[in-house]
Amino acid sequence: MSHKLVRQDRLIDEYSLTKRLAGLLSSWEFILFLTLIGVFVLFSIISPWFLDYFNLMNASFSFTEKSILALPMIFVILSGDIDISVASIMALSSFAMGNAASKGAGAGTLVLIGMATGLAAGIVNGLLVTKIKIPAIAVTLATLSVFRGISQAILRDNAYTHYPPKFAFFGQGYVGNSVIPFEFVFYLLLAVIMGFILHATTYGRKLFAIGNSASASRFTGINVDRIRFTNFALNGLFAGIAAVLLTSRIGSTRPNIATGWELEAITLVVLGGVSITGGKGNLFGVVIASLLVGYLKFGMALVNLSAKVMVITTGSLLIVAVLIPKILDVINAHRKLRSQRSELKLERKAS
Amino acid sequence: MKTIINTKKILENREAVLIGLILFFMVVMTIAMPRFIKPSNLANILKDSSLLIMVACGQFLVILTGGIDLSVGSNIAFSGMAASLINMNNPELSPWVTLLIGIAIGLSLGMINGSLVAFGKVPAIIATLGTMSVFRGFTFVISKGQWVTAHEMTDSFMNLPHGNFLGVPNLIWFAVVVSALFFYFMRYTRSGREIYAIGGNRSAAVLVGVNEKKVEFLIFSVSGLVSGLAGVLWAARYAAAVNEMATGFELQTVAACVLGGVSVAGGSGTVAGVILGALFMGLLNNSMTMIRNMAFFQMLLQGLIVITAMAFNVIMERRRETMLLNRRLA
Repeated sequence: MSHKLVRQDRLIDEYSLTKRLAGLLSSWEFILFLTLIGVFVLFSIISPWFLDYFNLMNASFSFTEKSILALPMIFVILSGDIDISVASIMALSSFAMGNAASKGAGAGTLVLIGMATGLAAGIVNGLLVTKIKIPAIAVTLATLSVFRGISQAILRDNAYTHYPPKFAFFGQGYVGNSVIPFEFVFYLLLAVIMGFILHATTYGRKLFAIGNSASASRFTGINVDRIRFTNFALNGLFAGIAAVLLTSRIGSTRPNIATGWELEAITLVVLGGVSITGGKGNLFGVVIASLLVGYLKFGMALVNLSAKVMVITTGSLLIVAVLIPKILDVINAHRKLRSQRSELKLERKAS
Repeated sequence: MKTIINTKKILENREAVLIGLILFFMVVMTIAMPRFIKPSNLANILKDSSLLIMVACGQFLVILTGGIDLSVGSNIAFSGMAASLINMNNPELSPWVTLLIGIAIGLSLGMINGSLVAFGKVPAIIATLGTMSVFRGFTFVISKGQWVTAHEMTDSFMNLPHGNFLGVPNLIWFAVVVSALFFYFMRYTRSGREIYAIGGNRSAAVLVGVNEKKVEFLIFSVSGLVSGLAGVLWAARYAAAVNEMATGFELQTVAACVLGGVSVAGGSGTVAGVILGALFMGLLNNSMTMIRNMAFFQMLLQGLIVITAMAFNVIMERRRETMLLNRRLA
């Protein structure tokens, strides 16, 4: 009898304030946040130009589009899929805009064309995954080559470089007279919307359910394929948005635009604490991870590290970010086992 | 009625379909441009396909278990670059030793993937997506961004793929030996059958005593090993070690596999099918470089072929399943 009471006490204890605080402090998001501060401190010491309001704001140009790609990628990865074709969708979408611009389309039309092309490409992915039922990795590996292949086949070694002057605002403009880039504010807005969908709507709850068990979700009446389809379509749409911003920012389109960005987007999601096998994660972590990687690279560029070193860093980050939780799991399981064993010993002694 | 059944049966035999496709393609190309059928061009196609055959065989093992190895292209670049640098700095070293070193490097890179997947429990796609850029980055680091060109390589090194044995180029011999080894390995060894077992039904295989970790480590190591071999031969064949070499080659290896009837969900496929798939890809690449401006279409066409082949595989599989179900119900 007394034994049971002790157990209950411990249960209550686990939900106590200090425990909850400890849980928060040891959470992945908090570790990321500490690392972000660490990066800021480190580079402020190394370089006198790092901690400068104008520089920091301007540096956001270099990671905003990639961070936008990561937002819907959270949905895709949460539900256990993957999409490695997003960078190629950007190339296709940028190509479509360049083509329209060369025929005299205005800024507004270009934005619509860019987003529509991205959405269409995402729908193709979604149909192949949910209707023909080919695994997402295989589908998007193939469409990775198809989407970029289309722009390469038509554009060849040429480039579109003429865009209407008004079009430049989306990727180069600032909010009002401030030094805050428009696209950064736009990214934060998108993050809030996607965060709301993920954490406050039934759609978001369904994503977590599917990621934990697709077949169990199907039995509870969730239309799994429709949600996976929507995820891929969203991913395409956001790749289209990213393409609008990038094209507007650099003012030109080549077939090799945004090569390798799928790696960066997936890295941000995984580093943000979203489980690669699905079912676990939150949007806030991914936003912090985006800032972390963005400012880490900005700092590395300030101290003259080459682009290749950054590619190695991104690749390693991706692997390490997946490895660490696995290692922590093993350690936790070990610790639990040990505490259970010592508990058993105590009980034996008591009896 | 009978003819319908026959065509269905032929469609189910992937090797026969592919041989038919290859022959049909060759006839069309010969009619379109007669120089296609020249022996020198045919030899070129075989030589080009040889590299693909070797790496596709490694990729086949990985896909068979439901995984994927995206790092093969970068592995080729790193091993090829490393071997070329060794050859440049130690011209007195026998090319066979350089080849062995290159293979060892490829094998170690594969073992890194294998450890991550088997022991670190990192999904194959994530592990190899990461190492794809890490290996490529380190290629630039060891080469300092420079190329190793023909005049910096020794003749004996370049002779590795270009030399002849019994009138057949060495490169083709390499492919023949590798294919034969893979054929034997997958059909007659315990490990080979274990790979099929893991791909077919992982939990069932584990329950009957297949060591899952061992198999996963093995397949990525083998994939790395053949990539290392192909890397050295690649650099020697094109007489240049370029940092960007074999970019996008992973898609070609996947294409060869799915064309050869390997299911991307794992569990089914044959070495013979993969070899024929690789030959078809080699044929296609060769003919596209022959038609003016077609090289720009290569990426698009490869992607379309992969999608078509995968959809075809899935539909055939589904048909087979319903057929089996009907038979069971009858």
